[in-house]
Amino acid sequence: MQPTWIALFPLLLEGLEITLQVAALSAVVSLAIAVAAGLCRLSKWAVVRGAATVYVEFFRGVSLLVLMFWIYFALPFVGINLPKLAAAVLAIGLNYGAYGSEIVRSSILAVPKGQWEAAIALNMSPMQRMWRIVFPQAFIRMLPPLGNLLIELIKATSLVYFITLSDLTYQAMILRNNFLTWTPQIFGLLLVIYFVLSCCVSLIVRFAERRLAAWRS
Amino acid sequence: MWDWNYTFSIMPELLHAFLMTVYVTLAGFAVASVIGLILAVGARSRFVAVRIVVRCIVEFVRNTPLLVQVFFIFFSLPLLAGISLSAFATGVIGLGLHYATYLSEVYRSGIDGVPKGQWEAATALNMTKSRTWMSVVLPQALPPIVPMMGNYLIVMFKETPILMAVTVVEVLLAAKNIASVTYRVFEPYTIVGVLFLVVSVVVSLLFRRLEKRMNRTNGPVLKR
Repeated sequence: MQPTWIALFPLLLEGLEITLQVAALSAVVSLAIAVAAGLCRLSKWAVVRGAATVYVEFFRGVSLLVLMFWIYFALPFVGINLPKLAAAVLAIGLNYGAYGSEIVRSSILAVPKGQWEAAIALNMSPMQRMWRIVFPQAFIRMLPPLGNLLIELIKATSLVYFITLSDLTYQAMILRNNFLTWTPQIFGLLLVIYFVLSCCVSLIVRFAERRLAAWRS
Repeated sequence: MWDWNYTFSIMPELLHAFLMTVYVTLAGFAVASVIGLILAVGARSRFVAVRIVVRCIVEFVRNTPLLVQVFFIFFSLPLLAGISLSAFATGVIGLGLHYATYLSEVYRSGIDGVPKGQWEAATALNMTKSRTWMSVVLPQALPPIVPMMGNYLIVMFKETPILMAVTVVEVLLAAKNIASVTYRVFEPYTIVGVLFLVVSVVVSLLFRRLEKRMNRTNGPVLKR
């Protein structure tokens, strides 16, 4: 069958949808885990700090693809059956949550001491101090590194191909089987699509940063 | 439910494949170190065209997934250029090229850390460009970035399982092959997970130690 560029698009669009779905879900899970673990690592209780540290070291040390394989192929053996999407989101979320927690922690520590002290002087509760004074300022610092992490995360979604979730990469492999002579075009297009996705993320993050930091100028 | 006999019986094969993982990592790291340095020096070229080309390469390679790049090299190059590379060569080049773009940023931070006076002094001494790089800038730029390079070595090590997609028989593919023969998946995958975890945590602790020691002796040289 003679391939055309237009013939590639329906399948790739389907794949794009899955890729975006995986990326969005795992980004939300990672962010939630990152904030929780980052705050726990700054807790005044040693047990909470220790548990968070163990979590972070564990999931930063493990290889994402191995983790995904383990969750999807090995866990059913002990009676835990997760659907493909859940396994992918859990693996990426746990892995990137651990990376993100370091960003959250260091950004919170980077908020000037005076801000903490001023909040104490105003008799704010620790909760108020964190959520109304410290965290909003730390969040602006977090944005650029979290944006970079989000790009890494989007690249990592291509790994769901291995657990046969039909994302962009998976669909491209199917297309390649159909149009073998067009292999370079198909993979070239695939690279360009991922590149455009990453560029969109950097643009959005840069825009958000400018909006959120507007009060500074 | 954990079968130790089975574990011991598959261990030799897994460890053998793990050696392959280590080889690919080290070879990829060597390639990445060299290309990364070339990219970092190229980004400071006095020719605008070279700077732009380097910038484009770095941005494009950094922002696309390693898996797709490896597929491109493995499946497209034979059609495009008539070069067909072995799985191992594909893995080393793919991994090396991908992380070269990351390492080029690390090199850049090291090169930026060399005080401007050093460049000026080299010019004042009438050194050639290459002499300036080789005997003045790089000897000062490289030692402080060793810990950061180490971190990328660990990152690359953890990315090697991706190369199973082009049939590099590293440890995860070996585990998959074992599982497809014996139908027992839990032990092989768990062993692989533990292997990765132990090696990367131990090596990263070593590099953290090294970093602390260097900061003590030289002071924190790098400001990112």
